[in-house]
Amino acid sequence: MTTTSRLRALTRHHLFWPVAVLIGLLLVNVPFTPDFFSVKMTDGHLYGSLVSIVLFGSPLILVAVGMTLVIATGGIDLSVGAVVAITGALTCSYISDQADQSALSAVFLAMGIGLVAAVVCGLWNGFLVARMGIQPIIATLIIMVAGRGVAQLITDGQIITINSEPYKLIGGGYWLTLPFSIFVVAVVVAATMLLTRRTALGLLVESVGGNAEASRLVGIRSARIKIMVYVFCALCAGIAGLMISSNTSAADGNNAGLWIELDAILAVVIGGTALTGGRFSIGGTVLGALVIQTLTTTIYTIGVPTQTNLVFKAAVVIAVCLLQSPKFREKVFGRKTRRKVTVPAQPVAPVEPAPKTEVSR
Amino acid sequence: MLTRRNFLTAAVGAAAAAGLAACAKEDGKPSGSTGGGGKALTLGFSQVGSESGWRTANSESVKSAAKEAGYTLKFSDAQQKQENQISAIRNYIAQKVDVIAFSPVVVTGWDAVLKEAKAAKIPVVLTDRSVETSDDSLFVTLVGSDFTDEGRRAAKILEKVLEKAGHKGPVKIAQLEGTTGAAPAIERAKGFKEIMDADHKDDWKIVVSQTGDFTRAGGKQVMAAFLQSNPDINVLYAHNDDMGIGAIQAIEAAGKKPGKDILIVTVDGVKDGFIAMSEGKINAIVECNPLLGPQLMDVVKKVKDGEKVERWIKTEESDFLQDQAKDALPTRKY
Repeated sequence: MTTTSRLRALTRHHLFWPVAVLIGLLLVNVPFTPDFFSVKMTDGHLYGSLVSIVLFGSPLILVAVGMTLVIATGGIDLSVGAVVAITGALTCSYISDQADQSALSAVFLAMGIGLVAAVVCGLWNGFLVARMGIQPIIATLIIMVAGRGVAQLITDGQIITINSEPYKLIGGGYWLTLPFSIFVVAVVVAATMLLTRRTALGLLVESVGGNAEASRLVGIRSARIKIMVYVFCALCAGIAGLMISSNTSAADGNNAGLWIELDAILAVVIGGTALTGGRFSIGGTVLGALVIQTLTTTIYTIGVPTQTNLVFKAAVVIAVCLLQSPKFREKVFGRKTRRKVTVPAQPVAPVEPAPKTEVSR
Repeated sequence: MLTRRNFLTAAVGAAAAAGLAACAKEDGKPSGSTGGGGKALTLGFSQVGSESGWRTANSESVKSAAKEAGYTLKFSDAQQKQENQISAIRNYIAQKVDVIAFSPVVVTGWDAVLKEAKAAKIPVVLTDRSVETSDDSLFVTLVGSDFTDEGRRAAKILEKVLEKAGHKGPVKIAQLEGTTGAAPAIERAKGFKEIMDADHKDDWKIVVSQTGDFTRAGGKQVMAAFLQSNPDINVLYAHNDDMGIGAIQAIEAAGKKPGKDILIVTVDGVKDGFIAMSEGKINAIVECNPLLGPQLMDVVKKVKDGEKVERWIKTEESDFLQDQAKDALPTRKY
């Protein structure tokens, strides 16, 4: 292979553009934060911008991974933000009622209660979508709107502050010098990748997303697959809710996870999963979530005036989406990036048509 | 107990006065059909929502003060939506309450419904936040805080904090703003800058300023980024306690001591803020008092009696330094 053909192969990889954008964003920070890439030991744990990005980005990665599978089946889950709030509210209000808030058994029980509630939300979403045949955007809108009210009902409209060392670990603590949340994210992402790419599950999810009726006719229980992905998505959101409430040691029914569903959908799209369903990339989603978190951090550090925050964010996201559009690249960069297979109907779609190529990263 | 009795007497007095006024029509003030005949005064109150601990305390204060005053309170929660609030006010007009009070969700768009209230001769009192109207006579008065002044007070108390800490050299301030576009965020920044520009042009500088959306998570994340890009920050001014509490966690994670390496001044005075201050992590708190119920009831009575009231009745507020934290903590209700 020549150098150019190797380069072309590289730019054609479905994760090339998310990675390029992430590196670009990280580099933008360097002039504003000279030691941006430096990571040093403080109080027995690593400390630095990169560590903060991963720490604060963990909940978004989790929610986005769950969202990826839902979107792969051609659905969407708008309720994740509310599930984040409900889980955090239930867990924290249980812990705050305990005499000894640091008792391990109480913390585990509290987390269990929160996650069960998350799963119930997922079952409800899945039931409405798969069994009742309600449009996913409407079905999940119900919990998105009502769920936040439920969370506020649990917290009584107050911010519940807790003082529990073990609970603090999951979203704000450190283990082996690294933020503990990194390990949680790593386990969930690895398990999801194994289950979807080393077993037939991923293929089934994609076939349901490609054509639910056809899948049913060839013997795939598409309804069951759908319910499963909504439950999984809600579970991910639940864990994210634990992290968010643990990070500040407080449950804020009104603000916890507010708009996280939109960031998660954005992360999924930046990662190259088609919103039309039928194809997904977990690795891409993780990168997409990191891109969004880095973008947020960048806004804070480079001193964008608060009034223009959202404009700046929008401009970057538009640029990222355009860069990922084969049609746009062809127009701007000419023949260099022309590819044999173009996908005109899906502007943000990744390049490889066959999902099998995403098996190994 | 004394105040309670006073209120009750006042309420009975108000009702009686209203009954008389029904005949006399003095001052051109409306008499309200339910006010007469010894019946209790009816107040229709429309709250913004229950978005924060501050707001919940505000609602509780209004409810308990109305109970103490012996007024009939019709309370509704607008859940942060103007249309809900407008329909609540229309309901109150239809029910012919004596006085309508509300905390407007947004600043504009109230002319139509306030004109309806005026036509029905029901006086309107605003609480906490103000509105922009084409006609000043559409509402009688505003009972609420002066956010700009809170900003000024924050700057003033920072002077004391710096003096106490024996700080020398340049003051590099990080500012955590409230939700972009919200009146408290704009005005608390404005008031602070006013004093800074007037008295400390050379030695104070706001090196970074960003919105933390009034939340703990926001404050923590933004402060973590600030500490990376500007490690030499030595003062934090947060527009509310919650963002300050979040920022404290970020400062600790960076291996610095909040309240010592970085001096912290916040606004609001919620209980958790006072707890942090009693632990030495916040240096000073500028109070923004949500407990305006008793003041509101007082105004409602005056308005009902046709007495003249000021256009803006400012809430009674004070500032707290660290050494007052422990004493003040048990008295914090919210």
